[in-house]
Amino acid sequence: MQPLEGNVVPDEAILPEHEADHDAGEAVAEAGFLRNMVRVFGENKLAVASLIFLVFMVLFCFVGPHIYVTNQTNAQDALLNSTQNSPPSWSHPLGTDENGFDILGRLMYGGQIALIVGFAAAVVATVIGVTYGALSGFFGGWLDSLFMRFVDIGLSIPVLFLLIALVTIYRPTAPLLIIVIAAVSWLVPARLIRAETLSLRTREYVQAVRVMGGSRRRIIGRHIIPNSVGTIVVFATFDVADSILLLAALGFLGLGVPAPQTDWGTMLSNGVNYASNGYWWEIYPVGLCIILVVVALNYIGDALRDALEVRLQRR
Amino acid sequence: MLGYIIRRIIQAIIVILGVSLIVFLLSQLIPGGQARAALGPKATPLQIAHFNRLNGYNQPLWVQYWHYILSIIKGDLGYSYKNNQGVTALILNRLPKTLVLVGSSTILALIIAIPLGMAQAVRRNQAFDYVMTGVSFFLYAIPAFLIGELLIIWFSFDLNWFPSQPPTSASPWAIITDPRAFVLPVFSLAALTIAAFSRYMRSSVLDTLGEDYIRTAKAKGASPRRVLYGHAFRNALLPILTLIGLSLPAIVGGALIVETVFNYPGMGLLTVQAAANDDVPLVLGTTLVATAATVLGSLLADVLYAAADPRIRLGGD
Repeated sequence: MQPLEGNVVPDEAILPEHEADHDAGEAVAEAGFLRNMVRVFGENKLAVASLIFLVFMVLFCFVGPHIYVTNQTNAQDALLNSTQNSPPSWSHPLGTDENGFDILGRLMYGGQIALIVGFAAAVVATVIGVTYGALSGFFGGWLDSLFMRFVDIGLSIPVLFLLIALVTIYRPTAPLLIIVIAAVSWLVPARLIRAETLSLRTREYVQAVRVMGGSRRRIIGRHIIPNSVGTIVVFATFDVADSILLLAALGFLGLGVPAPQTDWGTMLSNGVNYASNGYWWEIYPVGLCIILVVVALNYIGDALRDALEVRLQRR
Repeated sequence: MLGYIIRRIIQAIIVILGVSLIVFLLSQLIPGGQARAALGPKATPLQIAHFNRLNGYNQPLWVQYWHYILSIIKGDLGYSYKNNQGVTALILNRLPKTLVLVGSSTILALIIAIPLGMAQAVRRNQAFDYVMTGVSFFLYAIPAFLIGELLIIWFSFDLNWFPSQPPTSASPWAIITDPRAFVLPVFSLAALTIAAFSRYMRSSVLDTLGEDYIRTAKAKGASPRRVLYGHAFRNALLPILTLIGLSLPAIVGGALIVETVFNYPGMGLLTVQAAANDDVPLVLGTTLVATAATVLGSLLADVLYAAADPRIRLGGD
């Protein structure tokens, strides 16, 4: 990202003590860039709070079940040994659901699926999208037109319809849901990275590599993708949030992971069956989990965009 | 401009053909094939072979695709074995209701989002802007079905202001004759896009305010009000048309959720029920129609944009 450093270095070069940095070459410029990024991110209090909250939720979902041990897999045992739909009490701080599962424990258990599927789907989608977009933009010509027409076609299909079609044909499991969600969300990064590639490949330093005989693989792998890293990271962060929402929507439609496994969308879907009974503990806690995690990811993504894209900084 | 529109129409046709290919290939993915889906798991190999021959499923893929395209052009989207009815008839029955829902909620979203985004741009980085940004983020994050369910819990069960679902037998025009029943579904769907539209409007106005012609207008002594409404607003408004076109897939997908929440008998509910029924031909049929509707909607948005923007209207291409 040429304008990045172009903007950072002169800023610091004004100060005499940074003049040495300026001359010291790429490594130092990179360290300065990183430091600058962390500083801008750190100034965004909401983003820092979001990051802390997200770390807390990860611990809550993955470490929590080892501290707060509950039965979440044996449906028979849950039905026999606890009351169904019981309100919060000392033995069940957030009550129990329709099957007698403890809801606080279930939030952790369902959160594992939501976070794993959300994160993995975003990673898979980003990797596919970045590769596809970089190839398309770099090679250009008819390959680019063909690749991008395909993206246009994919983007015009309403995602939920495609997801439902895929999930109806194949029974959903967690790994399948990752693939299916990634299969509908790699199109956007493909388009973003293609646009970046188109502008990057005409830059002088890429031309220079080409003149010096650098291979295409080297240009794409060492120059184009690393220089698009800001766009990639920001997209991936937002996409984790989107994937969590998509998974929740599928869960709500009864197309989430099969019981006794659960995810937040499935929990919410079961809870709203009792909305008219006033069983609020089956709706609000899990709804809040989804919203807060997604809000946190969006704030982090926003702050990362500010931190990585100097163009938007300090205007 | 005519050239632009013709090119855009050809592009839309290519997209719809591409989607039909994807949908066709999806139908090939059904484990056991169409025959298994139609005849059930107990069918004997002989019955399956007979069914395949009868329906031409033993022919090469490209021949099958060709027949599929021909039948689509004739308006035949296949047969729902679970409903014992043609897919086209099932969809045509539901499509108007979805169109009414999508159309009315998009208009509502625009009415709320455009002034909101402008106000935020004018009061940039003030308390109002921060609060509304927070609200937008919240709206981005809340799943569509949760908005719907919360609205039902609060405004239907608790306050008893609105019915929790429109009458299932109502015609699409009931939205005018009996709007009360439609308030909650329309608001739920609008809530999905208000955040995106107002954010976009905000940055669109901000971008426009940075343009040279705004500086020129200011330098010539135009009042801030005139600069905002006469110059910035009109130019910032146009890209919203494109945004609507781009958002259509998301809105139609959101309609699917909202219809499920409110038991609103549109195409989305049809799809969800078909999915629960393992009715793959119907799911694929609604997917194709929903996409075609989306593509035509974006096409319309682009044509309107071209007609509204003098730079395109008068500039040839």
